[in-house]
Amino acid sequence: MGEFKVHRVRFFDYMPSGIRTIAFNRQTERIAVARMDGSVEIFKLSDNLFQEKVIPGKEQRGIEALCWVGERLFSAGLSGEIMEFDLHSLRPKFIIDAYGGPIWTITANPAGTHLAVGCEDGTVKLFEVLEDRIQFERNLDRKKGRVMSLSWHPSGTRIAAGMMDMIRVFDVQTGHVLHRLLVDKAVGAPRNQECVVWSVVFLSDNTVISGDSSGRVKVWDTITGTLIKNHDVTKWDVLALSLSQDETSFVAGTSEGTVVQFQFLSSVLGQEDKEWVRTRTFKNHTHDVRSVAEVESAIISGGMDTQLVVRPLLEKHEVKSQASALRTVQFPHRRLVSCAKKAQLLLFQYPSHLDLWRLGESEGEAVPGHRLPVRRNPEKLLQLKTKGEEHVCCSAVSPCGGWLAYSTSSSLRLYKLHYENNNISITKVSKLPKVLRSAQQLCFSADSTHLFAASTRSSIHMVSLSPDNCKHKHTFKPKTGSTQPIHLLTVSEDGQWLATANSDCEIHIYSLSSLKSHCTVPVYRSGVSAMAIHPTTNNLVMTHADQQVFEFSIEQKQYTNWSRKVQREGLHRKWMERDTPITNVTFNPRNPTHIILHDMYMFCVIDQSLPLPDRQSQFYNQLTLKSLPEQERQMHCHAFKVCKLFQPLLCVDMLEDDSLVVVERSLLDITAQLPAPVKQKKFAT
Amino acid sequence: MVEGSEIRVVRCGGSKINTRAPIITVDSRFLLCVSGDLVKVYSTKTEELVRVLEGHTNQVTGIALNPANHLQAYSCSADGTIMLWDFTDGILIKTFVVSYPILSLYVSQKHKGVIFAIIPMASRTDTECYQLVAVHLPQAVEAEVDAPDLSAVVTDVSANPRATAVGREGEYLVSAKGLMLSVHFFRKQKTYSFTLKASDKKGAKNGFSCVACHPKEDCIATGHEDGKIRLWRNFNHRKEYTYTTLHWHHNVVNSLCFTPEGTNLLSGGVESVLLQWQYGDSKKAMLPRLGGAITHISVSPDGTLYSTCHSDNKITLIQSSIKVCGIIQGLVKGDGVRTDLLIDPRTKALVLNGKPGHLQFYNLKRDRQLYNLDIVQQEYIYEEGLDQYEVVMAAFDCTGSWLATVEERGLKPADLDFSLKLWAYEKKTQSFSLNTTVAAAHNDRIRCLCFCPGGETTMLVTTSKDGHFKAWLLGGESDGQSKLEEDEGDKGEGDCGDAASWSCDFVGSYHSLQPGRSCFAADGSLLAVSFGEVIALWSPETWELLTTLCLPPGDIRDLCFGNQTCSKYLLSTTTKNMLCCWNLLTCSLEWSTAVDVMLLKPDPLSENVAAFAKQDGRTDLFVFKPSEPRPLFTQKAVCEGELSRAVFAPRSQHLDSCEESSQWLNRSQLYILTESMDLLTLCTKSEEDKMATLSKQLVVDKSVAPTPFYLLLGKHRQQQQEKLDGSVPSRAAERTPVPQGSVAIRELLHTPAHVLPAASFLCSMLVSSLLISASDNRGTDCGGTDEEMDSEREEEDSSEGEQEPESRDGQRGPSVGAGDGAQGSVTDHVPKLSRAQERELRRVRRIDYSWLSSLADA
Repeated sequence: MGEFKVHRVRFFDYMPSGIRTIAFNRQTERIAVARMDGSVEIFKLSDNLFQEKVIPGKEQRGIEALCWVGERLFSAGLSGEIMEFDLHSLRPKFIIDAYGGPIWTITANPAGTHLAVGCEDGTVKLFEVLEDRIQFERNLDRKKGRVMSLSWHPSGTRIAAGMMDMIRVFDVQTGHVLHRLLVDKAVGAPRNQECVVWSVVFLSDNTVISGDSSGRVKVWDTITGTLIKNHDVTKWDVLALSLSQDETSFVAGTSEGTVVQFQFLSSVLGQEDKEWVRTRTFKNHTHDVRSVAEVESAIISGGMDTQLVVRPLLEKHEVKSQASALRTVQFPHRRLVSCAKKAQLLLFQYPSHLDLWRLGESEGEAVPGHRLPVRRNPEKLLQLKTKGEEHVCCSAVSPCGGWLAYSTSSSLRLYKLHYENNNISITKVSKLPKVLRSAQQLCFSADSTHLFAASTRSSIHMVSLSPDNCKHKHTFKPKTGSTQPIHLLTVSEDGQWLATANSDCEIHIYSLSSLKSHCTVPVYRSGVSAMAIHPTTNNLVMTHADQQVFEFSIEQKQYTNWSRKVQREGLHRKWMERDTPITNVTFNPRNPTHIILHDMYMFCVIDQSLPLPDRQSQFYNQLTLKSLPEQERQMHCHAFKVCKLFQPLLCVDMLEDDSLVVVERSLLDITAQLPAPVKQKKFAT
Repeated sequence: MVEGSEIRVVRCGGSKINTRAPIITVDSRFLLCVSGDLVKVYSTKTEELVRVLEGHTNQVTGIALNPANHLQAYSCSADGTIMLWDFTDGILIKTFVVSYPILSLYVSQKHKGVIFAIIPMASRTDTECYQLVAVHLPQAVEAEVDAPDLSAVVTDVSANPRATAVGREGEYLVSAKGLMLSVHFFRKQKTYSFTLKASDKKGAKNGFSCVACHPKEDCIATGHEDGKIRLWRNFNHRKEYTYTTLHWHHNVVNSLCFTPEGTNLLSGGVESVLLQWQYGDSKKAMLPRLGGAITHISVSPDGTLYSTCHSDNKITLIQSSIKVCGIIQGLVKGDGVRTDLLIDPRTKALVLNGKPGHLQFYNLKRDRQLYNLDIVQQEYIYEEGLDQYEVVMAAFDCTGSWLATVEERGLKPADLDFSLKLWAYEKKTQSFSLNTTVAAAHNDRIRCLCFCPGGETTMLVTTSKDGHFKAWLLGGESDGQSKLEEDEGDKGEGDCGDAASWSCDFVGSYHSLQPGRSCFAADGSLLAVSFGEVIALWSPETWELLTTLCLPPGDIRDLCFGNQTCSKYLLSTTTKNMLCCWNLLTCSLEWSTAVDVMLLKPDPLSENVAAFAKQDGRTDLFVFKPSEPRPLFTQKAVCEGELSRAVFAPRSQHLDSCEESSQWLNRSQLYILTESMDLLTLCTKSEEDKMATLSKQLVVDKSVAPTPFYLLLGKHRQQQQEKLDGSVPSRAAERTPVPQGSVAIRELLHTPAHVLPAASFLCSMLVSSLLISASDNRGTDCGGTDEEMDSEREEEDSSEGEQEPESRDGQRGPSVGAGDGAQGSVTDHVPKLSRAQERELRRVRRIDYSWLSSLADA
């Protein structure tokens, strides 16, 4: 598989933010996840849980609740404002204040015509959803005490509101309270400690289920206003509830990191009278589960430990497949590291700052698999803090290391870097063309003379860079007229071609010499997770969220023979079973037949000259190959050479001098930085 | 097989009572449990053995109450029969011959005339493969009928009786094996099976260990190897089944049981903690420190009483408020008994290893444990692979006032740790108290321990693998101890005020050979210690090596001195199949014979010696006198396998058997502990007859649990009454408990209430029936009051009514002559009225009972 000098980088202190809330859209099968730092990520459940879009966060934004209305996404937070996101430009569309203090919850009625928000001052406010905005309609009866959770009856005529020490059921028509259901405190809790009803769910049979801070899940009958059943789930809080669509099951997320499933079962088989029975407990989190969502065949949960877990419900899966395996999303499905190949610089993107590091140097030779003596330690050259409250959404460093650019959702900044001996100075390029207001993706050309910025409506601005001025040269627009945001941008080594991928799974190729759209790659159903143009052949290699790999010849505007062969023979089962998408594609300049790919757990060199592995062959065959004699080795070789030595990986890239950079981020380090979980009695401690 | 036809090897109690779950009767008064070939009925109140149901000829493997009649119980056995018992009277009602060995049985209210049983798969006899069949019980009147009508329900089930259960109202049957749970629905004739993965990343072990079904709802509880309990629901779907997991146990869940109303689930495992889970809630209550691993749990039909079986052969009775209310303790037999079988000279109890770190005292006669003596005095913690202290040796001195024990830890020689303890009997507490602990009595493992039988000073001799034997003496500082290094232990815990503790008196060795067995002569004048092939004889008085005896080849395995007339003989066995008898007067070999004797046991009360010889994987028993080489008694194949433990226990009453072959059993009884931990004894025919008659005496009236205690008191009371009758006849005589009424009363009580005429009509009839003196010669003067007899005394009077002829005789007595009243009562043992009584009676009659007649009129 070729030997590399490897820079093993462990100084990127990437720290994901805890998950605050999850909203699932049944129609589009998309999951919106709001994190503590105010960013919102949108995952496509049907596409192997691929992270389609990331809306960057903002200081002090604090999203408390998310809510889908059709394809529109609304959020509300402790700032007291309701916000709708523009999912094309990845920016807030509008923000209106609810004038009720911090907002704890927002839900839409089943018809999608109204939004209800629960405020700190105890009001439940109704907003009418209009075509392009929302409008305040009225308040329901107000009582002091914050409204922590809301749930509409499926008919839309009633709302249950979880408050402090009680649940109130409102009639939407009149706005009056129908029932006050008092929730008792935890046993032994101090008198002044209130019981917070963190979550309520209104069922169509007029049952209300509540989860509260005393660790109980209670089932209420709202016709009579009585408690039907009480389940002691945990010693701590029950933070989230989610009902399945057919109302036969719901899940509760607790502070202990467990997700408990309850099912509506008949106690005697074949009889009608059913009751809610606690069934399974899933423990996939170490910290509070702040939000859960039960989708058709899986339970999605997220919490303080920053990972999104999809636990499939096995009984809903007929066959064992990738969809029936447990999945966790720990790292974003996009690059946070950009690499200046010539200058050996690494740019790390944090939410509110950028770090520029120079890689170390080594000397001498060493046995493969051993450490080289380090001549110069890696060095942090620069830390660039962003201006304003908004978080960085994309960043790039030019291959020569002379330019650095980043963008937030409202502004783009370009810097010129100067190196003098060991000093580095940075100057901001002040006069940027007007079109470069903000970018969703940034990319420098290989010779560092051009900057490409993907902006709204899928357009790409091409800016020529020179030390004294920056000139806007051209704007490329897709022929299809798609307005989806572009999340991948790549330029060929010779500066001829530009390829873009957007959230509609479209890949457009533009010719930079003629400044025209060249062609469009046939649209594949799965999102593009990484792509790159081969330096010598100008073939575009694309990897998709469903683990497929394609190679597209730009000149011939068709898939290459190798790509057709891959499709014909199919990829190996082991390759398809991996659960993280490929996040970077790069090439080995020394060996043009090699494609280097990586996901979170491995990096892989695909040798296009070797036969593809067939179904029977062993996929991870490095060790067996090692033990075989030279002649036999040839017979067992196949195209995929997998290295699992380094993990978890954030980035693998090739440098100019044929050395490999691997950026690792230990999950244990992330866990160590999290706040301590709630105390739990562990057996034998 | 049996040579002396009148001597038989019998199991003598101490058999396991924890092999199957016991059942508690509907009224919670009796507990039925399986014990060897028997079913034992215990009283739950007094924990006494009330009755024994005998009839099976092999191990009983299951019992269940007859769902159609709660006063009957089914039992099944490996002999291929199912028996129906009336357990209150101990009557065998019916025997159904299935003719396959049965492993367990299950009954259901709904399936009348059908019993579910686990039998071996007929087609595959070679493998351990079992099936669950429905046995259709034929409706025949004969006492013994064939039940050939079997139909397979579930094939390939687990042999574990706890892994199968009958579901709610007999709708379905659940069986678990390995990683698969099968549910067979009778109505649909369909079986659903659910499999679990063997393990997951978190190290779960998902194999099923037991199942239980909720009595009211469709919920199956399964126990698992890693201590989880799963509650399965919706199991009539292949895919949509679901389960809840309860996890407290950290090791395999041995037994699960729902209470009859289904409100609680009980679980128990190796932790010896009974857990009570609230159904439908995760709340639990626990009862810890039950002593041994819980193997079975059962609940009485009314749910007020739980019983748990433990691995240390114990049944604990627990109230539903989870408080222990009784313990039925059998002979504790762990994996093996490491101490010898001993007889406590004071209590004549059998002493052997009991609970871990304990010695148990077991009364053989009553088949009951007396008490446990904590030797190790450390809290026993269950932990797999944990090296615990274990009592490995124990010895009593001849009076039973001293007990020596050796406890040992360390499977590997490197971490060997042992200590010698000496215990003094305390009269005040009637128990042994620790006198001396010697931490390092020897440098290596102690191999033999024996007390000097005679003499005024008690001496203990220990032999060890370190090549020395030591003699230990009680009392003052002896100069012998100064040369010892390990004496710091001697200062030990002499807790008593007199501070007399044990110290080493003499250290002996012989040519640096390893000492093996040691043995004192009956009078204590000689000590024989075996060193490899050599027997060395020492005088304990002077510690002078007297002589050595040697007959190569072969190391000495066991040795013993003869008793009484044969005290001049020393017997030894070697590993090279040689039994030698040495004459100590001539120091020469008297006789020898080639037998592979494993064990020699002298009878302390006679000159007989029992020798156990191994042959063809079996053990033969020879009883002989050392003086005559011809054996008194031979029993081939006493037991299977090698025998390691035996003891002669003195009888409390001498038998006077005249048969020559059984004479050796007259004074003492021989007990044998086999490899499979069965306690056997040899029993003569006359003894058995006696026992049979004894068991017949146990017929007691139905109202009282006929415990020995009752029998004792009852007998006592009877005697008292007889005495009273004889000397001072009193009202007690009237109260002799004969609960049978006159004809009229019986009719009254036995006729259903709804067919009886009005009470007012009956009253006069009743009252007239109660008149004793209706035919009395002086009835007329007080006849009016006579009729209105004391209705309160109805009961007693009616008893008199039954004895009417006699009492009339008795009353006539005083009328004939007052003087001979006392004499008459003596002669015919009939309660008679004395003069004083007569007067009393007359007084009673004179009381105005007119209110009663007015009532009757109304």
